[in-house]
Amino acid sequence: MSLYRYSSPAAFYPLAGMMAPWFAGAALLCTVAGLWIGFGIAPTDFQQGEAYRIIFIHVPSAWMSMFVYLVMGFWSVLALSFNTRLSAMMAQALAPTGAIMTFVALWTGALWGRPTWGTYWAWDARMTSELILLFLYFGVMALRSAIDDPRRADRACAVLTIVGSVNIPIIYFSVQWWNTLHQGASVSLTAAPKMASIMLLGMLVMSFAAWFYAIAVVLWRVQAIILERERGAAWVAELPKLRSAVA
Amino acid sequence: MSATATTATESPYGAFGALRWAVARDLKLALRSRAELGVQLLFYVIVVTLFPLASSPEKTLLATMGPGVLWVAALLASLLSLPRLFASDFADGTLEQIALSPYPMPALVFGKILAHWLTTGLPIVVLAPLLGLQYGLDVPALTVVTLSLLIGTPILSLLGAIGASLTLGVRGGGSLLALLILPLYVPVLIFGAGAADAVRAGLSASANLSLLGAGLLLAFVGAPFATAAGIRIALD
Repeated sequence: MSLYRYSSPAAFYPLAGMMAPWFAGAALLCTVAGLWIGFGIAPTDFQQGEAYRIIFIHVPSAWMSMFVYLVMGFWSVLALSFNTRLSAMMAQALAPTGAIMTFVALWTGALWGRPTWGTYWAWDARMTSELILLFLYFGVMALRSAIDDPRRADRACAVLTIVGSVNIPIIYFSVQWWNTLHQGASVSLTAAPKMASIMLLGMLVMSFAAWFYAIAVVLWRVQAIILERERGAAWVAELPKLRSAVA
Repeated sequence: MSATATTATESPYGAFGALRWAVARDLKLALRSRAELGVQLLFYVIVVTLFPLASSPEKTLLATMGPGVLWVAALLASLLSLPRLFASDFADGTLEQIALSPYPMPALVFGKILAHWLTTGLPIVVLAPLLGLQYGLDVPALTVVTLSLLIGTPILSLLGAIGASLTLGVRGGGSLLALLILPLYVPVLIFGAGAADAVRAGLSASANLSLLGAGLLLAFVGAPFATAAGIRIALD
């Protein structure tokens, strides 16, 4: 009951402002700890040398790139079925973060591929589908910016996001379905990890850092979107921040 | 026919009647502007012709890239024809009447998509063996590439209709449509062109063709509803 209160932008705005700094702080802590484990403590890999250390950035960003899209799909379903404004705003706020994560995953993958595979890019199933994911994010953002009416943009982007989410299982299972260059998952919930536990720890801490970073940034961005779209509302004019700015 | 008619009469506004009406109307409209259809087909032929001129007319190379070129050209030709799917109906208010009619909108939309495929997709499939010969494809490869196009081009029309409905009356519609739809076309392209590659490598194409068929079923079930939703959003 009381949780539904926060589906109103006016109620969610202060909540987001309160939570975002905590997530940002947690992200900073996890990044420092994760990088210290990854670059300071974890031993050199006997096969890949120092180059393997890029997984501490590559794997978390690749996970997030897919996960953010799923969260976007979740908010899009809510936005279409309940016609809630805040759900669509959340989906809108997630898109740039997801695109950045996808870009980082592709870029670090290329940097890792050069010393290890001998090539920056290969037309392998997982890389290609990750590239398509980047285009899907760009498509959603482009559609949003091409439609002037925000409510129409909300629903059009929601439909597009849901249609595009077909791609997520294809990316995730591509390394199992096709026998290609990109190796299978090194970490899974059902089997023992195929790497040293200290490396795994570094990767998990960095994953939490990516999670907290994404949450903090999305909360701040959704605040900006709320302010922009609700600028005519009375409660926005009552915000202490705006009152002091005007005064 | 009579069986479908009896099920349709149970509800006065049956889906099959709507479907028949939409197909017949769009086919009639398309056949009245035959020149436009001819231009789209010529575009397909010209794109296919450009590749040997741009790379090299060497026989083995052409046979290798032939199926892929036919598929990429089919994608581009489909993309070129998509804005026409709803644009004129949107401009003259027909689409609004379609949305207001008591007939199920996904059926009407599916009829329009079917007519679009019959006038733009089917000619591409029919031309494919001829163009494949220019690339020196042998008979098994020709058969498979034509079959894959036969299964795949309806998917292009179905997915493309979603994009066309979402970009109705939107700034920069054409290039935006390409950005929205081409990523969704990629799996179709991979399995479609992959079928002919498998045959050339001496393997069976059945895996690729089955996946294309699965994609067609998925698009057939989902796309008319997504497109109808997209049109309603555009009309609001």
